[in-house]
Amino acid sequence: MSSSLLEVKDLRIYYYTLTGIVKAVDGVSFTMAEGEVLGIAGESGCGKSTLGYGLLGLVPPPGKIVGGSIVLDKTDLTKLKPSELRRVRWTRVSMVFQGAMNALNPVYTVGHQLAEPLVLHRGLSVKAALDVAADMVKKVGLTPDVLRRYPHELSGGMKQRVMIAMALLLRPRLVIADEPTTALDVVIQAQIMNLFKELRRVERNAMILITHDLSLIAEIADRTSVMYAGKMVEIGSSDTVFGSPLHPYTQGLLRSIPRLRGKEKITWIPGVPPDLRVPPPGCRFHPRCPYAMDVCRSEEPPEVEVEKGHKVSCWLYAKR
Amino acid sequence: MQPKLLVEEAYKYFPLRRSLSEILTFKAHRYVRAVDGVSFTINEGEIYCLAGESGCGKTTTGRLIVRLIDFTSGRALYMPKKEVLSEIPPEFLIDGKYVNLASDLPRHVDKLLRRDVQIIFQDPYGSLNPRMRIYDILKEPLDIHGIGSTEDERREAVFRTLEEVKLTPPEEFAERYPHMLSGGQRQRIAVARALILNPSLVVADEPVSMLDVSIRAEILQLMLDLKATRNLTYVFITHDLAVAAYVCNNIAIMYLGKIVEKGPIDVVVNSPQHPYAKALIAAVPEPDPRNRFKMRELPIIGEIPSAANIPPGCRFHPRCPYAMDVCRSEEPPEVEVEKGHKVSCWLYAKR
Repeated sequence: MSSSLLEVKDLRIYYYTLTGIVKAVDGVSFTMAEGEVLGIAGESGCGKSTLGYGLLGLVPPPGKIVGGSIVLDKTDLTKLKPSELRRVRWTRVSMVFQGAMNALNPVYTVGHQLAEPLVLHRGLSVKAALDVAADMVKKVGLTPDVLRRYPHELSGGMKQRVMIAMALLLRPRLVIADEPTTALDVVIQAQIMNLFKELRRVERNAMILITHDLSLIAEIADRTSVMYAGKMVEIGSSDTVFGSPLHPYTQGLLRSIPRLRGKEKITWIPGVPPDLRVPPPGCRFHPRCPYAMDVCRSEEPPEVEVEKGHKVSCWLYAKR
Repeated sequence: MQPKLLVEEAYKYFPLRRSLSEILTFKAHRYVRAVDGVSFTINEGEIYCLAGESGCGKTTTGRLIVRLIDFTSGRALYMPKKEVLSEIPPEFLIDGKYVNLASDLPRHVDKLLRRDVQIIFQDPYGSLNPRMRIYDILKEPLDIHGIGSTEDERREAVFRTLEEVKLTPPEEFAERYPHMLSGGQRQRIAVARALILNPSLVVADEPVSMLDVSIRAEILQLMLDLKATRNLTYVFITHDLAVAAYVCNNIAIMYLGKIVEKGPIDVVVNSPQHPYAKALIAAVPEPDPRNRFKMRELPIIGEIPSAANIPPGCRFHPRCPYAMDVCRSEEPPEVEVEKGHKVSCWLYAKR
């Protein structure tokens, strides 16, 4: 593995709501190498999107980063002032937002919106910026005439391509894609995933793919991690996580996906994810876990490195 | 096995609003051709899947079957279950056992059919009235159809159905409001509401697509179990072919208001013939990390056009890599490539 690009350590992001503190991300640590694609899977409400926003310093209020560090290229993003963070955002880390339909401003042309970061961050003239934007638009499989169009004139797939072009414009080392295909149809989804595969070959930027769909992660990620109730419960190379999942939650998730071919019976995980204001004590998965032991109910499981690079937070694998 | 539902040449056009200038210049009415000549047969006791991308008309077809909307034209012969059939006056019957869902039916016949054909909606967050208790939600259909003579009888029916969808203890769930339930539990209520009138045909419109992956299997299994115990026939509407492959017997793949390919699910999934069906199946992601080293083969180009502006000839031709001259001018016939497997494509038509 080459030098590490991103080091997240014990990151905690809490939402201070009127009804209590929602611990959406509660002690998440991982590292990423240059050019690597990491998939983050989890169910709705597990904190995966909050984690994505946190990496850009964009946690919406009443959310706050309350602890831990995000070191990108030797800079700790959690220590930066807002003005410094604005300079890092988009030049070094950018994001493809969920729901491309609503992420573009309807009253400006696509060209205007694509040129803006180039003018602001790179100091280009508008004309030069539009030229750069035209090149980027071609890379994502659109024709440069989309620059003159307004978002409502584009289809969902085209808007998502524009969003991807926007994220790549300043050649950031890390792109975060948060559910980049959820609102799209299957064929368009497959086209966008093909585009991501092509772009990673050409651009060589690192990427974090956040999605509820493990199948999409298998499409592109080198490493896969699984989040549950604000914690990262398992992380490892995609081959090991999909081939020999360790955490009972990961195993359950993989068994719940119906396959197009092959009639294996699919199963489900009983129960529902916990309320993150009052997470269960001990391991947060224990109320739904078929292997729950006494220790799971009282003590948080440690992270265990079962084999090189394959870590799991579960008492089943901890030596005591 | 006999056909439960025969849909023949069903059409549903929604008129578009005309602008003032269009009215003043006597321009022709324009329509969204949501369902544009669809025919299929569903046998008793099977799970029939209508699949396709958004805007292909699968949901509109489902709504036609439940008669939430009226057919523009066409015929849909439906065989009600025996108890209902015996109450329908013979003048509305065809061959003594079918009712045409697309015809005008008097109110009392209509009501009987509504009891026998039910629907499960996609969104369990939007389909349950937030101001009604679960008990009232489930009891309402019983009140409307006058089932059970006393409140006690109805209460018992509600509790029995709640138990059937495994929401136990029923006394406790009955008192709750929808917001107090999880997504999976709400969808169970939606299933219970569809089943409480004891229908024989249930249209399930994307019943699991709003649910988290880990609980989808639970709802699917529940639906399969209920089908077995209650002898149901399902029309299963989905965009997810992997889910379709898991539950369905037969499938019809729709594109812009027409069925492009239909047949037994295994046959269609393993040897799709229509270029669109091929692409749709090739696009399904699978949890196999080996996929990351290869690109998906998707020869089709562009995106689905608007149903208000359907291309002439074969409606798929602008996106089809094999489009020939004939595709641009004439609609393809339906060709039976092997027994029960039908494709609407000029590639397979003998001329």
